[in-house]
Amino acid sequence: MGRKILLVTTDQQRYDTLGCNGGLLSRTPVVDRLAAEGIRFERAHPQSVVCMPSRSTILTGQHPSTHGVWMNGVPLPTDAPSVAEELHRAGYRTSLIGKAHFEPFLDPFFRFGENSLAQTGTEPPGGRHRGFEHLELATHGVLGPLHYARWMMAEHPEALGGFYPAIDGSLQVNAAGGGDTDAPQVKVNPIDRDLYHTDWVADRTMAWLDSLGADEDWFCWMSFPDPHHPWDPPESEVGRVDWREVPLPAGYPEDRAEREAILDAKPRHWRLWYDGTLVSNYEAPADWVPATLTADQVREVNARNAVECELIDEALGRVLDRIAERGWADDLDVVFTTDHGELQGDFGLLFKGPYHVDALMRIPLVWRPAPSAAAVPAVVSRPVGLVDLAPTFCAIAGIGAPGWMQGGSLPVDDLDAGARGFERVLTEWDSELFGIDVHLRTLMRDHWVCSAYRPGTSHDGTEGELYDLDDDPRQQVNRWDDPAAAAVKADLLSDLWDHQPPTRSPRLPLEAPV
Amino acid sequence: MTAKRGSVRHAVRLACPPDAVWALVGAPERVAEWFPGIASCTVDGDQRVVMTGSGLPMPERLLTVDPTLRRFQYRITAPMFVEHLSTIDVHDLGDGTCLAVYSVDVDPAPLALVIGGAARAGLEGLAGLLGLETAPVATATPR
Repeated sequence: MGRKILLVTTDQQRYDTLGCNGGLLSRTPVVDRLAAEGIRFERAHPQSVVCMPSRSTILTGQHPSTHGVWMNGVPLPTDAPSVAEELHRAGYRTSLIGKAHFEPFLDPFFRFGENSLAQTGTEPPGGRHRGFEHLELATHGVLGPLHYARWMMAEHPEALGGFYPAIDGSLQVNAAGGGDTDAPQVKVNPIDRDLYHTDWVADRTMAWLDSLGADEDWFCWMSFPDPHHPWDPPESEVGRVDWREVPLPAGYPEDRAEREAILDAKPRHWRLWYDGTLVSNYEAPADWVPATLTADQVREVNARNAVECELIDEALGRVLDRIAERGWADDLDVVFTTDHGELQGDFGLLFKGPYHVDALMRIPLVWRPAPSAAAVPAVVSRPVGLVDLAPTFCAIAGIGAPGWMQGGSLPVDDLDAGARGFERVLTEWDSELFGIDVHLRTLMRDHWVCSAYRPGTSHDGTEGELYDLDDDPRQQVNRWDDPAAAAVKADLLSDLWDHQPPTRSPRLPLEAPV
Repeated sequence: MTAKRGSVRHAVRLACPPDAVWALVGAPERVAEWFPGIASCTVDGDQRVVMTGSGLPMPERLLTVDPTLRRFQYRITAPMFVEHLSTIDVHDLGDGTCLAVYSVDVDPAPLALVIGGAARAGLEGLAGLLGLETAPVATATPR
C-alpha cells in the first residue's frame, strides 16, 4: 500500500488569505495546521493567471506555451499528457471532483466531454478522461450542464435564483452590483450552506473515497470553485466577517491621485482598463469601470472572499476527518493550492488580467507530506511553480517523472531547493480578444519581478515592468526605465528569454470566450 | 470597452473538387452529418431548426443557397442572438482542390467565439466525412 494523494485546489485565491501566510481576515485553521506539519511555500507562482492555462499546467506539468492552452477558451487537447494518467498506470484510483475547466464552459453544442459527461454519469466513456476514472464537476454557480448544476436543478430548483448570474444577457461577464455596497459580482444568496458548491464538492469527495477499498491507493483532485467571483456565499455565513470592520488592503491606495499615479507608471493597459477604455480579456466584466470601485466595495468584496475561504477550510477539515476514519491518515499527502490570485482591491482593481504582480502571481501552496514519510516541517522561500506539482505527485507515488514534465518535484526546504536549482519561475500571458492583443512574459527570480511585453494593441514591445520585492513588496514602483536598475534588468531579461519553454505548434485555436 | 459585435473566420483547403464539399454544405438537411454537436435538424422552406448536443433548439433562417457561387448563408434567430450571419463559401482552386471558408458575424460578440469555434470544428467535420486528412484550419484573429 502506497501514499494517497489529495490535491486541493481553490480558484483565484490570494496568498494572504490564509492565516499561515499572515492573513488576518479569514480563519483557516485546517490549512494552517497542514502548513505547520508540512512545507509552506512563500514564493509559489502560477504559470498563467487565468484558469484554463493554469489548470492545464497543474495537470500536464508543462508551461502554457508547451501544453498550448494560451488563454481561457482554448481547450486542452484530450490526448494531452496527464499526471492523473501516469498515476492511474501506476495503480492509483483517480478522481477529479469540483471545477475542472480544461475545456470551455460556453458550449451549446456539447463538443467538449466535460460538458456532456454530466448527462451520462460520473464515469467517462472509455473509462478515463485525462486520466481520471471518476469526475463530478462544478463551477461557480448553477448555470450550465455540469453535475452540481444538474443536481441543483433537479433537487433544489427553489434555490437557483439565489446565485449571482455570472454572465449577463449579452453573454458578457456580469457587471451588476449587489450586497450593501453595490459591488460588482456580489449578491446575497439565501441558499442553505449545505447546498452550496463548497460543501457539495466535499460531500462528493467523501462519497468517492467511501467507494474505495481500504487497500487501494488513490489520487483525488478536490477542486473548489470558490473564492473566485461571483462573491455570493450562503447568506447565513456572511455575518462571520463584517465588511464595515474590514481594513483596506495594503495594496489599495485610498487616495485617488496616488492610485492613479501608480497606475500611470505601469504599461498603459493598466490605466486604460482602470478608466474603462480597454478591456483585454473576457474575465473582466466588460461594462464595469474599475475607477468607480469604492473603498467600501473593496471592503465588502474582501469580507465575502474571506467567508468563502473559511467555508473551504471547514470543508477540507471534514474530508480530512473522513480520511482519518478510513485509516489513511498516516499515508496521506495533502497539497493545497490555487490556480492564480485575485487583485481584490490592489491598485484599485478587481478580478484578474494581464497584470503580473503578487496579487495574481503569489499563491498559497502547502504540501503536507504523509506522516509516514517523516518529513521535517519547513518554509521554502525559493520560487516554485504549479508546473512543479505533477512531478511531485510522481515522486510521492514512487514513479519517475516523465520527460514531458517541465518542472521538478517540490523541494522539502530551501537547502533542497538550492541544491536542485529552484531559482526562477516563469509566467506568461497571451490574450487576443476582438482586436485587443496583450502578450507578456515574466520572470520571478531572487527578489525581482521582471515582465517584458511583446508587441500588441497597447504595446510596441519595448515596455515592461521591473519590481524589487525587497524595497517594494507591493510592486508600486516600476523600475523598468530606472538607469540604476539597468544592469539587473538586462540580466533578468537575458535569463527570461534563455529559459522560455518550447512552444506548441501549430497554435491551438480559441474556441469560446471561457 | 469591448466590441459589441464579433467576427471570426476559419478556412481549410480540402483535397477534393468543390462540388463534393458543396454537396454537403449546400444541403441544409445534411448539417448534422458534418457539424459536430448538432444532433438533428428539420428544414421547412427557409426555416431550419438544429438541435444541439445539449438539447438546445437553435432556429435559423436560410438566406442563401447558391450552387453557382457555392455560397451558403444563414442567420441564427434564437433570442440570445441580437444579430447573426454565418457564411460558408466553397472556392474552386482549379487544381482539384478547394478552399472552404466559414465566416461568422455575431452580436453579442462572445457568441462569435462560441459559434466560430464550432464552425472550425465543422470544417474539420466536412473533411472527416469526405475521408480527407484534416489539415490545420487557418484562423483569422477574432475581430
